[in-house]
Amino acid sequence: MSKNTLYDKVWDLHKVATLPTGQDQLFIGLHLIHEVTTPQAFASLKEAGVPVLLPKRTFATIDHIIPTQNQQRPYQDPQAELMATTLEDNVKKFGIQFFDTTTQRQGIVHVIGPELGITRPGMTIACGDSHTSTHGAFGSLAFGIGTTEVGLILETQTLPLSRLKVRRITVNGTLQKGVYAKDVILKIIQVLGVKGGIGYAYEFAGSVFENMTMEERMTVCNMSIEGGARIGYVNPDETTFTYLKDREFTPKGHAFEDAKIYWKSIASDNDAVYDDVVTIDGNTIQPMVTWGVTPGQSASVTDLIPSPESLPEDARKNAEEAYAYMKLKPGMSMQDIPINVAFVGSCTNSRISDLREAAKILKNHKVHPNVKMLIVPGSQPIKKQAEAEGLDQIFKAAGAEWRDAGCSMCLAMNPDKLIGDEICASSSNRNFMGRQGSPTGRTLLMSPAMAAAAAIAGHVTDVRTYL
Amino acid sequence: MTSANRVTLKGTSVVIEGNDIDTDRIVPARFLKEITFENMGNYLFYDVRFNEDHTQKSHPLNDPKNQKATIMIVGKNFGCGSSREHAAQAILRFGIQTIIGESFGEIFAGNCKSVGIPVLTATPETLASLKKTLEENPSTSVTIDLVDKTAVLENHSFPISIVEAWRQAFLNGSWNALSILKANTDKIRALDASLPYKF
Repeated sequence: MSKNTLYDKVWDLHKVATLPTGQDQLFIGLHLIHEVTTPQAFASLKEAGVPVLLPKRTFATIDHIIPTQNQQRPYQDPQAELMATTLEDNVKKFGIQFFDTTTQRQGIVHVIGPELGITRPGMTIACGDSHTSTHGAFGSLAFGIGTTEVGLILETQTLPLSRLKVRRITVNGTLQKGVYAKDVILKIIQVLGVKGGIGYAYEFAGSVFENMTMEERMTVCNMSIEGGARIGYVNPDETTFTYLKDREFTPKGHAFEDAKIYWKSIASDNDAVYDDVVTIDGNTIQPMVTWGVTPGQSASVTDLIPSPESLPEDARKNAEEAYAYMKLKPGMSMQDIPINVAFVGSCTNSRISDLREAAKILKNHKVHPNVKMLIVPGSQPIKKQAEAEGLDQIFKAAGAEWRDAGCSMCLAMNPDKLIGDEICASSSNRNFMGRQGSPTGRTLLMSPAMAAAAAIAGHVTDVRTYL
Repeated sequence: MTSANRVTLKGTSVVIEGNDIDTDRIVPARFLKEITFENMGNYLFYDVRFNEDHTQKSHPLNDPKNQKATIMIVGKNFGCGSSREHAAQAILRFGIQTIIGESFGEIFAGNCKSVGIPVLTATPETLASLKKTLEENPSTSVTIDLVDKTAVLENHSFPISIVEAWRQAFLNGSWNALSILKANTDKIRALDASLPYKF
């Protein structure tokens, strides 16, 4: 059993009681909500005639269904409009702060929490969204929950939970030029598998993480869940504190110094005990691309699509299914995979640094005539910042579409969707069958820079040739 | 609020083959735009059960003999991916009362518990022999016993596992955790006041 890790310390600080079932009742210090996974929870509260216990600990945004083009109300899709008005009614009735588009703070829930300084170290954070693990980048225990659990938090600010085991994943060395945080997490998932993290919280450590910016750490923690781990985190350090200083919700002055004492205290101790330890060499990680229908079905961009025989026996059947769905053949070079769409966005990769990397590649190039490219900032402030830097001009000059903030084509609950069996070079997090809105649509996961390079080439290509 | 206890569950079963079946496959995202769970049963495995013109594909859940199945048998990492409770709701509303598999996505498993579906695990060997027995006797009823943690059919008994806290919750009818959490409201308020961060 783990001991003196950040996970153990934060858990113990938030434990309310031991329940009769043997589980712990855990206090959730920060609850984030959006329009899709909350209406049924609020409906239960209304039916029971009860209030939200601690409404100041819940914040709302709208991201999944919001169109990224023409955000005029009412939305053209009546279902989307109903979801939006339902959320508006609920936050008003229950006294919850809502970052709608009029606040100029709206954006993807996992982008705005950190951006506003709401997400900070040493918190327990839950949201009805599996990519809540993103917030672990700050040294918090952050995890996705279902709608019933959203209701439990609204009514009691707590959840019944069992402790996870803790696996420390150390990535040593230095990343090569053209290798990004996205490649690191795709590599980790390739090594440990999409179910390797079941039962574990992942602690990410080592020189590669120490040298990462907060935005890079968020990209990695975001996809912990794709490796089966509901929680992924990085211990807080000076990089974390510098990022947080002066943000809207970050404590100021003396309160900031006091907060820092707390933040430092919850980091894993040097003599912390882990349930498992894994080490990966960061020097050898290459730009990664998925070829299948799980985030673990990936290869280096310089490789071939693997033959079934080269895979572990229990992965072969899934691989055969993936080749058939993806209409790809084993043995084919990754760089021969043609694309029709390129997407830069999502809670994984829609932050300003992601847009800057995409812009570096697209500058003085044109998106291939066979490709439609969408660039979707993660929040309204990111959109504003990108425009102040002239990135939008680079995107438009290259022939890409520059959109408004939202989840967009990551899960296509809005007008941004693949059509038919289009194949998309995507900076998002899931390549599941039908994920991007067409039941036969195909997704190749990669870094924003790799997606930009693919958009120019019209096929998967090694971004390093563009640097 | 109380929830009925689950001690034994008896019914016929349906086998869903494959590993890493994600919640997008269980309920595609476009069906999440409804503000109630009411219709979710209609969307279960929609894109693998239906063509784009809504005609049926060949799928175990479209097979008339499986329409009354209450036990779903699955593989590894079933329900990975998105946290959408719609997946558990769809399974429940289709009429499934329990799922047996080798492993499950954790958020999905929690959602199943939330809606009252015991999620049970078994070793690959047990699952293989359970499936073999079922192949020979497809209409045989299976009895899941949460007291002695077995799945019984014909005269075979197969060992199954379940998270112990969840087993307790199903046995005593407290799987809807609201009232047991609410009982500690004073402690919750005290912890709220003592935490080193506020908003």
